[in-house]
Amino acid sequence: MAALSEASGVSVRYGGVAALTDVDFAVSAGETVAIIGESGCGKSTLGRTLLLLQPPTSGTVRFRGEDLTALPARALRQRRRFMQMMFQDPYASLNARMTIGETLAEPLVVHGLATWRTARPRVAQMLARVGLDPGVTSRYPHEFSGGQRQRIAIARAVIAGPDLVVADEPLSALDITVQGQILDLLAALQAAQNLTYVFISHDLPVVRHIAGRVAVMLGGRMVEQGPPAEVFATPAHPYTQALLAAVPIPDPALARARMATAAALPAATPAPPNACPFVPRCPAARPICTESMPPLRDIAAHRRAACWLNEVPA
Amino acid sequence: MAPYPPTRIDLRQRLLPPAWPQPGRPAHLLGTDNVGRDMLSRIIWGARISLAVGLSAALLGAVAGSVLGLCAGFFGGAVDAAISWLINVQLAFPFTLFAIFLLAVFGGGFLPVVGVLALATWVNFARIVRSQTLSLRAQDFVTAAHAVGVGAPRILRRYIFPAVLPSIVVVASFSAAQAILTEAALSFLGVGVDPTIPSWGAMLNLGRNYLQTAWWMATFPGIAIALTVLGANLMGDWLGTRLDPRAR
Repeated sequence: MAALSEASGVSVRYGGVAALTDVDFAVSAGETVAIIGESGCGKSTLGRTLLLLQPPTSGTVRFRGEDLTALPARALRQRRRFMQMMFQDPYASLNARMTIGETLAEPLVVHGLATWRTARPRVAQMLARVGLDPGVTSRYPHEFSGGQRQRIAIARAVIAGPDLVVADEPLSALDITVQGQILDLLAALQAAQNLTYVFISHDLPVVRHIAGRVAVMLGGRMVEQGPPAEVFATPAHPYTQALLAAVPIPDPALARARMATAAALPAATPAPPNACPFVPRCPAARPICTESMPPLRDIAAHRRAACWLNEVPA
Repeated sequence: MAPYPPTRIDLRQRLLPPAWPQPGRPAHLLGTDNVGRDMLSRIIWGARISLAVGLSAALLGAVAGSVLGLCAGFFGGAVDAAISWLINVQLAFPFTLFAIFLLAVFGGGFLPVVGVLALATWVNFARIVRSQTLSLRAQDFVTAAHAVGVGAPRILRRYIFPAVLPSIVVVASFSAAQAILTEAALSFLGVGVDPTIPSWGAMLNLGRNYLQTAWWMATFPGIAIALTVLGANLMGDWLGTRLDPRAR
């Protein structure tokens, strides 16, 4: 199947800092792919790069086969109708000085799908679909709770009928009870509109629940990909193992037992250039890991990993 | 409205104190100046010049400075470099000297004075608006607008501008005050709006020479300026909250 969205050899540098290094990542239509990894691993940057909200320093980003980096600004803006974004913080991602009605009609109007007047019934319909009162269009974001705001932000992302939605930790600013409702809403919208989700998260239980594929990032590189059930059962990268070991366990006895066996994941330390970014923290590091970054290779059906342990027998 | 013509000289009644501290001549409520002109009448007439000059200069400076600041902060790159260079040149320049030169060459009068004062105030707006735009540009709600596909003109108009407007209003209130005072300095140097029409600044300057013998000559124009500036600030504050839906 041709990829809906595809990044090839993408690097992003902020000044001298490499946020992404030579990342290959593709999403097929209808898929839900989760990107996981610790803070600062580049997962948000990758999400923004897929939408070209962050232009890559090198490499290409394709959407429906078209190279977005080669498009003029105006054409890129027109493509945005089909690729949208949901943000983590529903308090920061809505314009406090625009009414809900204007915020939701805006995608329709800027893409020429409606006028401010003719957008009204569609806005009301969309509000009802995300579980809000259709009569709230003249109110402002500050009059809503975090969960309601996130519903508004979600409505804005899907109202113009996108194919791809990048959701950057859309649950992490919400109460645990609200998280479940929003997850259900995202699933319902996906079924109704045939959406493709790139779901950026650090909540592994949620990822296991919703994602068809999971991509693990570390230090601006892609280190493992595969179906979550397999990746979580038999991680092929020591970093993935460490991430899994860091998931809190609700049973104190079990948690104590695990603490005795697995060391907690230490804080990220800079690795030498060209080395695997996990080298300073890796329990199984070898000399070759410091000398060169292992490539992302197929290790089984639907599974890829970038670790020398999988390449060279011990 | 004024009890006397503001320029009527009456040397027999000069330097009269205000009517209320000592029962003198209640005919001059705020006293008279060094050539016997009625202070109250001059302040009322002076309001015309001072308010018109101050508000017009602040408005003109606000429009020019805000547009330049928005463009510099939003588009960055060469646009920002060019506008920032202009700002720095303006800040480094001895402005009063420049104003005197311009007015000496082109002559005084209302419009030239307003233009020159706007030339002095636009920098206040441009600096604040530019720095706020820079920080707003990186915020989620602006990124969200980009992600939706909103074009730059609409992002500037509906996202950035409303968020910086309260600051623009506050800067406008003190820029109007600054313009009133600078107009005073220009009047003092003889390149003001019109030497025959009183302005608060010119009266304040004149009154300074009589501060020890006739305190009212400087005090009342000073109070008028202070009250106007206070009023402008309060109005700026009120507008700022009115414009924010969260504070309504």
